[in-house]
Amino acid sequence: MTAKRWTLAAALCAMLAASPALADENTVTVGLILPMTGPSASTGKQEKAGAELYIHEHGDTVAGKKIALVVKDDTGAADVTKRLAEELVGNEHASVLMGFGLTPLALAAAPVATEAKVPEIVTAAATAMITEKSPYIVRTSFTLPQAAAPMADWALENGIRKVVTVVTDYGPGVDAEKWFGGTFEKGGGMIMQKIRVPLKNPDFAPFLQRMADDKPDAVFVFVPSGFGAIFMKQFVERGLDKSGVRLIGTGDVTDDDLLAAIGDAALGAVTTHHYSADHDSPENKAFVAAFEKANNGMRPNFMAVAAYDGMGLVYKALEKTKGDASGDALLAAMKGLSWTSPRGPVSIDPETRDIVQNIYVRKVEMKDGALFNVEFATIPDVKDPYKASKR
Amino acid sequence: MLTILFDGVAYGMLLFVLASGLSVTLGLMNFINLAHGAFAMVGGYVTALMMDRLGAPFLLTLPVAFLVPALLGVVLERTLYRRLYGASPLDQVLFTIGLVLMAMPIADFLLGNEAHQVNLPAWLSGSLSVYGVGISRYRLFIVAVCGVIAAALQLFLVRTRFGAQLRAAVDDARVANGLGIDVDRIFAVAFAVGSGLAGLGGALAADVVGGIDPSFPVKFLVTFLIVVTVGGSNGILGALFGALLLGVLDVAGKYYIPSIGAFIVYAVMVVTLIVRPQGLFARGDGR
Amino acid sequence: MSAETTRRIEAHLGRRARWRISEIVFWLALLAVIFAFPSRAALINEILVAGLFALSLDLILGLAGIVSLGQAAFLGVGAYAAAILASWDQADPTLGLAAGALAAAVVGFATAPLLLRGADLTRLMVTLGVSLLLGELANRNGWLTGGADGLEFSMGKVLGRFPIGFTGQRNAALYSFAVLFVLFALARRLRQSPFGLALAAIRENRLRAGALGIATSWRIVAIYAVSAAYAGAAGALLAQTTQIVSLDLFDFHRSADVMLMLIIGGAGWLYGGIIGAGVFIVLRDVISAATPEYWEFWIGLLLVVLVMVGRDRLQEYVRRAASRVALRLARDAA
Repeated sequence: MTAKRWTLAAALCAMLAASPALADENTVTVGLILPMTGPSASTGKQEKAGAELYIHEHGDTVAGKKIALVVKDDTGAADVTKRLAEELVGNEHASVLMGFGLTPLALAAAPVATEAKVPEIVTAAATAMITEKSPYIVRTSFTLPQAAAPMADWALENGIRKVVTVVTDYGPGVDAEKWFGGTFEKGGGMIMQKIRVPLKNPDFAPFLQRMADDKPDAVFVFVPSGFGAIFMKQFVERGLDKSGVRLIGTGDVTDDDLLAAIGDAALGAVTTHHYSADHDSPENKAFVAAFEKANNGMRPNFMAVAAYDGMGLVYKALEKTKGDASGDALLAAMKGLSWTSPRGPVSIDPETRDIVQNIYVRKVEMKDGALFNVEFATIPDVKDPYKASKR
Repeated sequence: MLTILFDGVAYGMLLFVLASGLSVTLGLMNFINLAHGAFAMVGGYVTALMMDRLGAPFLLTLPVAFLVPALLGVVLERTLYRRLYGASPLDQVLFTIGLVLMAMPIADFLLGNEAHQVNLPAWLSGSLSVYGVGISRYRLFIVAVCGVIAAALQLFLVRTRFGAQLRAAVDDARVANGLGIDVDRIFAVAFAVGSGLAGLGGALAADVVGGIDPSFPVKFLVTFLIVVTVGGSNGILGALFGALLLGVLDVAGKYYIPSIGAFIVYAVMVVTLIVRPQGLFARGDGR
Repeated sequence: MSAETTRRIEAHLGRRARWRISEIVFWLALLAVIFAFPSRAALINEILVAGLFALSLDLILGLAGIVSLGQAAFLGVGAYAAAILASWDQADPTLGLAAGALAAAVVGFATAPLLLRGADLTRLMVTLGVSLLLGELANRNGWLTGGADGLEFSMGKVLGRFPIGFTGQRNAALYSFAVLFVLFALARRLRQSPFGLALAAIRENRLRAGALGIATSWRIVAIYAVSAAYAGAAGALLAQTTQIVSLDLFDFHRSADVMLMLIIGGAGWLYGGIIGAGVFIVLRDVISAATPEYWEFWIGLLLVVLVMVGRDRLQEYVRRAASRVALRLARDAA
């Protein structure tokens, strides 16, 4: 009996001590921290698939180094993200941290990146100020001002004068509200009402009713990836589409991942974003085909492409440093890198470490029997306007 | 104004249908069933998958969305739940949280973690205009269906022999057994009804809450509990009135004072429990 | 009561109050673990903080028999108090710790009267409701709390000497260990005190305890405030050692997890929370490293089995195993 109990205690200690085989110096470990369970799990799934696809396509060796991808679930809790980041850097000698599904999660890892001098590639969280929190943060997703400001220009050019904005009440939502609203009013438009919807809210109906009573030309909406379906359905259910109110927003609301599920309710919505699965380029056609093949037909969305590019950024930086995986060398190599992503030409702004990319104006249309965000105008090389405004 | 009132009632009815199953298991059978949402999720998936993969009409899927979770409920009740009828609330909480934790990865594994949508037929989508008041057809449908469910349940539990036997069995299983009531069977049936209603609720709610995904059992768990707590835990009518009250207050609050958003529901619950610990519409006995 | 009976009771209580060898070994072993596994300092820190949090629940559940699904309310209040203080450049950890515990105690004191009425289910729901309300309050007051983006801040050195950031992970674990030990010793003392004995009477039968002349309401309010202070201290530690707070601190799953930890280790003997936290977090770490998407399934299975097997039996096993291991360690060391 006692022996058994000893085994129990020993097993617990062994589990505690168990860290994966220490990386040798020819391995570069990339720690991918994502919410794989909980409400943001779909982000995690897309990102993981995107990063894995890149390795699958490009081989796991670059500049003489073997790439090891370690995926960790932070459950969407900031303190867990922080611990995982510390352990990945401290125990598994990760040369790069990647992922970060929500703003607080990206911020939680920032001090680790700074202290350990390890690049933190943000492939999801989109609040503009994130990259200012550590000189080691690089972003391959997008910032909300980047997507929202061009929408205001398009709306003004297309005869929309009175708008109600609806955003989810947290960092990215406030960013979207501010940058759409600011740009729109500067151009002579009028924001009739700014509605902020709580993050946890299954029912948009009362907010939509408030909106309908104002009779605006258009409704500008930002909801996090995943909430678009409820919003769109209730928008149509309330008959707002028939009363001539146009639906505009950033691409989050017509997320490629959800579009099929939203169904016809999404038809006609005009959004601005940096990626659509329908983007017409040979790179994207190959990317979408490979992604769908590897993931049971799941359509890649902007999260998947950001993680794919995040991995790509690591590869390209390693090629540039000829295999030197020290943090400062990688970071220096990443700054200013440019390449052709499935979303189009992109580059890393050497000053802000944010991505510079085309923003596309798209409309939801039926194409070959499925719904897509069909791009019809391009605003080339958009930098994050938030940081540009501070200069 | 009228639109807001109607929305509130419709939202309340939706809350009711989601929580009515819980008011059977928690309210009548005194079992703190935090896994209620898992049964609702099963119902939602049944409807979504039948429509999507088999092309079944929406209405036809609803009975199936009731039956599948009900059967699942019976199986679980016979094998696991029944051992915990007399157990402490703590054991029931732990056990059912365990079930929820298991249900979510299973759903994720089998069906993926993207939301499965229920696409309503044309005759249920869009809205009607009645004297200038815009009324969503689907919400009207929900109000009607929920009204029927509430009435049927109330009759079933109060007027039928089964209802009387159930109440007797819950009050004192031993005496009920001695009186020749088959307590085991009664509990199994009641549990099945509770689980089936949960499934039906999930199926009906799927469209309004943006689809069914693996996190469904947790996302609305707190909401279910609040409805049953506010309504008072021993009766269908209590849950109905509680749900309507919460629905109207929540919708009106969000419309008129959007800045306090989610406060109202929680505040109503806490205040209710301070004033009437047994819930608003409970009988006076302190159980 | 005869003098003889009084003497025997006193002797019994005196024996109970003494620190047993197995307990001393437990704490030494815990300390040794921090030094033995420097690479897992962050995980050990998380266990220590969660252990303190579970201890706070044990104070109400184990000592007074009050169930709660809203312990996260105090974790959150304590964490935010420490974080807000630090973001105002009051970065001394000890100060933040005191502020966190105090703020949580005040909230606990204010909400305790809600627990005086109603049955277990009512208490579960009231505590849950309070934690959700506070979470919403933190969400709504973004100017103070950072809202849904969270609030990050930098932390000073413990006692002005030991940094607790990424480069000071072991310091952080030692800091948490020290706080846990001091608060544990206090709780242990409290449990043996007349106040603790009165709580035990209330737990067994509140009506009868009242009839014995014990002021039950006052004592429930008091222990609830103490428990809140403990949870607040845990929150402050969590905030300080991670240097970020976010709204998920108030989430339902925090309250549920801590309950699981306490139940795994066993309620009522104060060590349960720490042991349960260790088992829960190590298991979660191991399983989620193997299967990041589906680890919840195994935790769920463990719970179901735990309840089915009967947690009393399992806890007895854990308790006996723990003391045996400790004794054996002591013998080997000697």
